[in-house]
Amino acid sequence: MQFLPSRISPAYWDFSARIPRKSSCLLFLCLYLCACNNSRSHVSEGQFPEKGGFQNNVYQGRIEPDDGQWVRPAKDYASTRFSSLDQINTGNAKDLKLAFTFSTGTERGLEAAPLVVNNTMYIVTPWPNVLYALDLTRPGAPLKWSFQPKPSASAKGVACCDWVNRGAAYAFGNIYYNTLDGYTLAINANTGQLVWKTRLADFTRGESITMAPLVVKDKVLVGNSGGEFGVRGWLTAVDAHSGKIAWRAYLTGPDKDVLIGPRFKPFYSQYKGKDLGVSSWPPDAWKIGGASMWGWISYDPELNLIYHGVANPGPWNSEVRPGDNLWSAGIFARDPDTGEAVWYYQTSPHDLYDYDGINENLLLDLPINGQMRKVLVRPERNGYMYVIDRQTGEVLSAKPFGFVNSSKGVDLKTGLLQYVEEKHPRLGGVVRDICPAAPGAKDWQPSAFSPRTGLIYVPHQNICMDVEETDANYIAGTPYVGENVRMLIGHGGFGGEMLAWDPVQQKAVWSIKDHFPIWSGALVTAGDVVFFGTLDGWFKAANARTGEVLWQFKTGSGIIGQPVTYKGPDGKQYVAILSGVGGWAGVVVSGGLDTRDESAALGFANASKELPKYTTKGGMLYVFAL
Amino acid sequence: MKRLYFIVIGFVALLLASCEREQRRFQQGAPSTDTSQSHASMDEIYPGGARPPSNVANVYEENAYMVSEGKRLYEQYNCVGCHFHGGGGIGPPLMDADWIYGGEPQNIHDTIVEGRPNGMPSFRGKIPDQQVWEITAYVRSMSGLLRKDVAPGRSDDMSIKKPEESQKPEPPKK
Repeated sequence: MQFLPSRISPAYWDFSARIPRKSSCLLFLCLYLCACNNSRSHVSEGQFPEKGGFQNNVYQGRIEPDDGQWVRPAKDYASTRFSSLDQINTGNAKDLKLAFTFSTGTERGLEAAPLVVNNTMYIVTPWPNVLYALDLTRPGAPLKWSFQPKPSASAKGVACCDWVNRGAAYAFGNIYYNTLDGYTLAINANTGQLVWKTRLADFTRGESITMAPLVVKDKVLVGNSGGEFGVRGWLTAVDAHSGKIAWRAYLTGPDKDVLIGPRFKPFYSQYKGKDLGVSSWPPDAWKIGGASMWGWISYDPELNLIYHGVANPGPWNSEVRPGDNLWSAGIFARDPDTGEAVWYYQTSPHDLYDYDGINENLLLDLPINGQMRKVLVRPERNGYMYVIDRQTGEVLSAKPFGFVNSSKGVDLKTGLLQYVEEKHPRLGGVVRDICPAAPGAKDWQPSAFSPRTGLIYVPHQNICMDVEETDANYIAGTPYVGENVRMLIGHGGFGGEMLAWDPVQQKAVWSIKDHFPIWSGALVTAGDVVFFGTLDGWFKAANARTGEVLWQFKTGSGIIGQPVTYKGPDGKQYVAILSGVGGWAGVVVSGGLDTRDESAALGFANASKELPKYTTKGGMLYVFAL
Repeated sequence: MKRLYFIVIGFVALLLASCEREQRRFQQGAPSTDTSQSHASMDEIYPGGARPPSNVANVYEENAYMVSEGKRLYEQYNCVGCHFHGGGGIGPPLMDADWIYGGEPQNIHDTIVEGRPNGMPSFRGKIPDQQVWEITAYVRSMSGLLRKDVAPGRSDDMSIKKPEESQKPEPPKK
């Protein structure tokens, strides 16, 4: 990879145009040398994933039965986001028509999945976190009731990446969801009345809650956000009936806080030892070390284990926190009844790049080297598609699914990520072209798995970054980052793609590229149709086997939501998506940012600076049917 | 001879121009923060009359050293964590003409001290008032509101935006 002049901003070139040609050459040479003097601009090899042809691996494992409803964002406990509905298929998807719409009345990013239970649809908005219930039995699905939790407006000041909410969960006749200002709520699904409300996070110390809870048995599992605010991360189980806290597992600090005890048997030796969540940090740094839990949780009822990720250590400036910074940037397996840790694996030891480990974990039974294994598949932020034995925590494979040059691979013997030394950020210098950038090769936007094709459908981004570490001052309630970042569209000139990945062959099968990062979730159906949305507002249906786009509809704003499908009271299959640009990728529009500052929005605004020309803010539900 | 004449003229012109340099004031006191003197309105409607007398002037806006201190403190107090280098992200941009809570020096000073209800923390009792005024002066330089010879001409960071002295002036809309 050579130094690409096209990646210098146009303003640079205009400057030279006004100067005679010979001197401009000299000037350029000077500029170039000066720039190099201050930076660590290195040519380093990166790689795109291997491509393979489509092999139909019909899934041999079990998949949860489907009743045509959608009770949690991930659809099932294995997080497949697969629906067995097949009325809409590759032959007729082109005939999809708008069935009804509903305005959310919000201007910020809509990352949530609508839920459908008992012929009612439930939608959670970003702050002010209104819960809407729509009556699907009546024409046009009118509003049944709404619940307004009135979260504190001040909490918006500690939301790193727009005021998003990733959805609700249904169980026991209640809708459970979280508010930005740190509460978990249970709302009666029929009446819209508050059942209980429990304060879990303290926004005055930088904590917020943006994740969708998962209900396992009688526990509502909730984690905090705030990895850019020096919080101390945790996962908390709340009793679904009473709202009382059952257990809390901190994700840094002494073993007793992390709920590490005699049942903890990690596969790799580096996670064995006493109180590593203290000793892998400088003194007391673990108390403000981030390692939050704002992402996805999966559950294996047979093994009775939940799987959750842990986000980045703080601050981003890694020089001030020497050590592995456990238990940040990794995966925990826990007993949902007690919270006890069973195993752990660290995807990014001593994280250098904000590679939060909170992405979804797909629980699948796959033939690996000719043997059926119970695995966890994780398209990880650091760019690798991890296949991990979900009973033991052993990494079976980790192949890049996007362009990676910040590391060379994962050592399967030790499980360690092999960082590339020249991409190591430093205080007092700029390191350029780090791929993937801080949001990773893939961020929170969840993928889907089809048992019919055996493929995983991965919406993700292709962006790189230039980084300079700066002083990081901890002031409670304010950001604790210590880094200047500028992100750029990545190698190959595309911002994102919907990628079909074969987890058995460990190869890419097809992809649909887009100018912008794909920041919406994925949905795949038994009609072999994959649904997803783009940041500029197109909602698309693609053939799950070939990647051919079958149909698309331009919604009012950019799409960062999670598509769902359900069987309506009339027996028809519907597909629903929330449109409303925002989130980290789209806050450049929803927050009205000024892209003359290339570091805006932790640098992401620079990679999506064209977006304001393509879309405007505003939230709306769109529901389609044949 | 004529050439020498031109050189002398040029030299004198240069000398005169350099008289316009900012004045270095030593031991500069902070502007008054007596609230009875403050007129930090955020509105354009004044029922029953005209706009009250002008706001408190920030003398630090005339002083390059104070502005550069403001730039340093803007980073040290983590303003940069939310507003970044003026483009915004968690908080709104500061380099454009839009001011939710007013763009006059007194408004900005008060926003820092009092906080604002949509996420801006209150730094009351945390930042010495003199430093608040320094930060205020720097914040206004981000949208080109300060004289070019006072506004910072360079950053000690990677190049992520034009220096404040080259920023096109964007007078506050409100």
